[in-house]
Amino acid sequence: MADLTPPPVAGESCKVAPVGTIAKVAVIGSGVMGAAIAAHVANAGVPVVLLDIPAPSGDDRSAIARAAIERMLKADPAPFMSKAAAKLVTPGNTEDDLGLVADCDLIVEAIVERLEPKQALYAKIDAVRKAGSIVSSNTSTIPLAALVEGLPERFAHDFLITHFFNPPRYMRLLEVVAGAATRSDAVEAVTRFADHRLGKSVVFCADRPGFIANRLGVTWMQAAVGEAFDRGLDVEDADAILGRPMGVPKTGIFGLIDLVGLDLMPHVVGSLAATLPEGDMFHELNRPAPLIARMIADGNTGRKGKGGFYRVNREKNKAKEAIDLATGEYRPQKRADVEAVKEAGRSLVALFEHDSEAGRYAWGVMGRTLAYAALLVGDAADDVASIDEAMRLGYNWKKGPFELIDEVGVGWFVRRLEASGLPVAPILVTAAGRPFYRVVDGRREVLGRNGAYEELKRPDGVVMLADLKLSAKPVLKNGSAALWDIGDGVACFEFTSKMNSLDPDIIDLLGKTIRTVRKDFKALVIYNEGSQFSVGANLGLALFAANIAAWGEIENLIASGQSVYKALKYAPFPVVGAPSGMALGGGCEILLHCDAVQAHAETYVGLVEVGVGLIPGWGGCKEMLARWQSLGRLPNGPMPAVAKAFELISTATVAKSAAEAKEMLFLRPSDGITMNRYRLLADAKARALSLVEGYRPPEPPRFRLAGPAAESALGMAVDGFRRLGRATVHDEVVSKALARVLAGGDTDVLVELDEDDLLTLERETFMGLARTGGTLDRIEHMLMTGRPLRN
Amino acid sequence: MPIYQAPLRDMRFVLWELSNGEAMTDLPGLADWSRDLVDPVLDEAAKLCETVLFPLNRSGDEEGCRIENGVVVTPSGFRAAYDRFREGGWTAMASDPEWGGQGMPAAVSTLVEEMICSANLSFGMYPGLSHGAYNALARHGTQALKETWLPKLVDGTWAGTMCLTEPHCGTDLGLIRTRAEPTGDGTWSVTGTKIFISAGDHDLTENILHLVLARTPGAPKGIKGISLFLVPKFRLTADGGIGPENGVTCGSLEHKMGIKASSTCVMNFDGAEGFLIGELHKGMRAMFTMMNTARLGVAVQGLGLAEVSRQNAAAYARERVQGRSLSGTKAPDKPADPIVVHPDVRRMLLTQRAHTEGCRALAITIARELDVAARHPDPEVRRAAEDYVALMTPIAKAMMTDLGSEVADLGVQVLGGHGFIREWGQEQYLRDARITRIYEGTNGVQALDLIGRKLPADGGRALRRFFHPVQAFIEAKAEDEALAPFVGPLAKTFVRLQQATAQIARVGLAKPEEAAAAATDYLRLFGLVALAHQWARMAEVALAKLAADPGDPFYRAKLATGRFYVERLLPEASARFAAIMAGGGSIIDVPDEVF
Repeated sequence: MADLTPPPVAGESCKVAPVGTIAKVAVIGSGVMGAAIAAHVANAGVPVVLLDIPAPSGDDRSAIARAAIERMLKADPAPFMSKAAAKLVTPGNTEDDLGLVADCDLIVEAIVERLEPKQALYAKIDAVRKAGSIVSSNTSTIPLAALVEGLPERFAHDFLITHFFNPPRYMRLLEVVAGAATRSDAVEAVTRFADHRLGKSVVFCADRPGFIANRLGVTWMQAAVGEAFDRGLDVEDADAILGRPMGVPKTGIFGLIDLVGLDLMPHVVGSLAATLPEGDMFHELNRPAPLIARMIADGNTGRKGKGGFYRVNREKNKAKEAIDLATGEYRPQKRADVEAVKEAGRSLVALFEHDSEAGRYAWGVMGRTLAYAALLVGDAADDVASIDEAMRLGYNWKKGPFELIDEVGVGWFVRRLEASGLPVAPILVTAAGRPFYRVVDGRREVLGRNGAYEELKRPDGVVMLADLKLSAKPVLKNGSAALWDIGDGVACFEFTSKMNSLDPDIIDLLGKTIRTVRKDFKALVIYNEGSQFSVGANLGLALFAANIAAWGEIENLIASGQSVYKALKYAPFPVVGAPSGMALGGGCEILLHCDAVQAHAETYVGLVEVGVGLIPGWGGCKEMLARWQSLGRLPNGPMPAVAKAFELISTATVAKSAAEAKEMLFLRPSDGITMNRYRLLADAKARALSLVEGYRPPEPPRFRLAGPAAESALGMAVDGFRRLGRATVHDEVVSKALARVLAGGDTDVLVELDEDDLLTLERETFMGLARTGGTLDRIEHMLMTGRPLRN
Repeated sequence: MPIYQAPLRDMRFVLWELSNGEAMTDLPGLADWSRDLVDPVLDEAAKLCETVLFPLNRSGDEEGCRIENGVVVTPSGFRAAYDRFREGGWTAMASDPEWGGQGMPAAVSTLVEEMICSANLSFGMYPGLSHGAYNALARHGTQALKETWLPKLVDGTWAGTMCLTEPHCGTDLGLIRTRAEPTGDGTWSVTGTKIFISAGDHDLTENILHLVLARTPGAPKGIKGISLFLVPKFRLTADGGIGPENGVTCGSLEHKMGIKASSTCVMNFDGAEGFLIGELHKGMRAMFTMMNTARLGVAVQGLGLAEVSRQNAAAYARERVQGRSLSGTKAPDKPADPIVVHPDVRRMLLTQRAHTEGCRALAITIARELDVAARHPDPEVRRAAEDYVALMTPIAKAMMTDLGSEVADLGVQVLGGHGFIREWGQEQYLRDARITRIYEGTNGVQALDLIGRKLPADGGRALRRFFHPVQAFIEAKAEDEALAPFVGPLAKTFVRLQQATAQIARVGLAKPEEAAAAATDYLRLFGLVALAHQWARMAEVALAKLAADPGDPFYRAKLATGRFYVERLLPEASARFAAIMAGGGSIIDVPDEVF
């Protein structure tokens, strides 16, 4: 199937901002980071050479790099966005193949973190690389000044640090350090490439140990671990205190260490301890942790090891366990239950001031962390915005440290620091009680080190709905969606419901939107800035309606969704879907009805309705059939397209990237992919405008389907799965219902069906399933546990 | 003089004809409870209630309880009646045979309870509270505790109470101050004051087992730090006999509006020896598991009072002659026609009858599911039954006690001045009924429980157990012309209930106060529809019977009463629906100063 589609298309953005300078890349060092960086360059559609040292034995001298590629093809989460991308990576070794570097525009070094081997490699590279090529290091600890010391000036001109975060495909932060000698156009070229092609946000750092994110992040982790030991906290409670309330991923601190690996910590900590100057606050927090040393020695290095602070005990029936920080023994995992968190609600101040161990822990960790963040201004970074962006994108914090300080108030924060005997950084004195961020006349401003506010500018060409909203009023709006004017005659439809789940209000406003856009706009973009484009229909509402036997209401919702999606498809203006994150169920179906999709590379599309015992009811079955008929390059006859659609829908297949979604035809081959999340709206808008001239709605598809014959063929396959134990009782019910829809019901090949025939089938079948106990149990289970029920 | 005759014909109709009572014997443990056994049991219960308990109802009300030498003395005749009651095995009827109980199905014991409540609600409080204590202890007590205390609680030698309320807290039990401190030998020392303790002290039994909610040292704040203790009035000797006093005294008796023969006590615990029931800090959970049965018990009190008031009003209306019928003289041999000929009197009597019989059908439907929930071998079936009971409990409690009051109020009205004076007994039913809308969670709290807990739980799963069968019934009977007068109005109000339910679920998520403002109207709407469903089911049975014997007066009356319900009472559902859909603004937005 991979052969059917070309390698992933580089972002539309590259057309907007041509990148002449970096067309081929080399990565040297095929360890975890190097290999994955190479994979991500390939994800961008850029050919890449991946070199490692020659294999010590065997015929294949490039076996190490080759093995790295093989390993990545099996890894989960996958470093590659598609199997096709892997073909863009050429493996080699540093002795026989260094010549491959000669025509590369960017050479990324990602070998062992020791100065001597790096410098030795640089000398070799410098001998073969072409003039004007750029060399960068992925070092996380060694200062740039040390790396270029003793190397020719020409090399220093072309050299910088590009510090990727693990895993490089998914982490959006790229820390860039330019030396005094680095030429500015090299910095610019790398920045542009990283932004447009790799989809990264570049944060410029001073040439200081640990740069920004790790220096602050590791300090935070050290503080959190030390305080938890001191206060005898349970790890679950510590994670509950430092997780959600701070806008930190719910892994909190101990879950995060499990994820990155306990054994990695001593290296990073040790390197910071060795390089940060005396008097740096980091040293106060860096204390030996005998328990962690013991855990590492025992092989309890985290998720990759036998277990970490948390583990699943396979000997005890997969019991979830956590470590007791006092005894070092595993015990059953408990549900975090922190009174302080509940009582504080959304108030960070209330949590920090809560008279309890939990409250003191929260402040003990975050007070130090935020104090240290402020000390980094003028040291690791020039400005507060860089530090915030680094923590948001490098550690997945919802809010950066200065946004957190704004939340508690600079005045309160400084008073509390003084009362706690913690250092008050100059930038806090400069702020003099004023917030770090403010909005003036719809523009965001940030406090500079000189005490004046300056406008917070996005990179060129970036358009964000969030910025627009600071001053604009929505054209239309209700409780679950809004319509915005994004200029140049383009409107943007935004879901605003929880998790962007689809409900009657969204369907209603989409109907009104079609009428408004027809009248007042040229084109429509469907886009939002939630972490998920849409997780599908609001199951809670649906289940509730089913529980009260409101069948009429449910059928109305299905019918109105069908008719609005169809109206969207045949509207007299172009519609471009612009998803990022999950686009599932109804969220996938709306994309299927768009004229074109401009997808963020990290888009996960699928029709997952069978997981809750239903089938796609808003035209998903119909559109998938139509696509596989017209774009599938399948053998002739009515059956192959039916079989493909059946396979994808009956297994609730979700594409793991936009590139993969194209292979599955959830996206068309002609749909665009944007690598940088920030550039998605601009690209989608450009795409929409490009379709305006001479726009004509699509021709409605026609279907010739085999009816009962096809249904029974698919049914036999289902029976087979059932016999093998791979399908459950209710799987069979749902799969056979789906088979009937995709087979066209009681039709036969001589009859031509239209869209409405299939929509009626979808609707009736959907309603039949909604009335079954098995389906209601599935929906309920999904809502209560977040996992599908296998009944 | 008031009269009472147990409504055995209607009870048998509900149990055997409407609720498929014969299928009870399929449930594990109920094999013996066939019609051959149940019918004589009901006859016996009727006799006891009519001849022993009912005659003490008014005298008990007049005399009330009193404290003598620090202990409570019940009204004349109560001790002897209790002995008869106990000797007849009635204290043990619904208890587990393992502890000497009879293991009676809830569907049957509910009918017996109704008779007791009709005959003498005050008397019924004493064994009723004992049974509540039994439930908590049997479900949550240790084996040793159960072996020590349960047999004599079950056989009625000892009685029990539930001690929750304190002077400063009733609904909000998180504020409880009574404390229990460990003594070191596994027992607890309980100290504090409880008020409004029904059957807190009395002279009917040799010992009283108080189940006391108390806070232990270092317990978490609020509701999560409450534990449940068994605190006896007298300690036991080594051989299980009655030992010394245990520091439990009745401080005073409350003077009340009704149920005057039931002692309502202020109870003082002064370092009393107590035994932990269930887990530490899980006292509320132990209480909640029996809340369903306790609340259904109060619902049945409303039903019992409605029945006895209805009987007296109907008897009076047939005897009392005043005025002539507007359609011409009906009793030319008398100076005037009996007042039963007057449409407004008929309206009142039919209202009483329709509500009483509807509630009885609902009560037994729920009781049948209680038996299924407790005994069915299939966990899925049990869960479905539990869901149904959980959903319907607040509705039954509030609806059946509200209607009990309304029916008793109509009873007074039918008798006119004779209803207002004591002699005819009607005013006592009205006074006795009033408390049922307050205790075991006020009816306002029931409405909040319905919208705040029962509706949203598990995505509304419990709702399925009501809405799906009713929807299926409506769909199945859509073509049934004879039943159309019942199914039509049911279907119409059912849709309103669906809409109101969806509305409350929607606003409840965003603005809980808005849903709370609609709670009581919503519960009433739900109750009216639930009764309409029962009436449609009863009409279906009656129509089938009348097809065979068109003249049968029982079924003709049933059909007529049902018709009155759907035509004259069910329309209230529209008003309630309109009130709900109007939103809560008119309640919420009013400034506090206005009050």
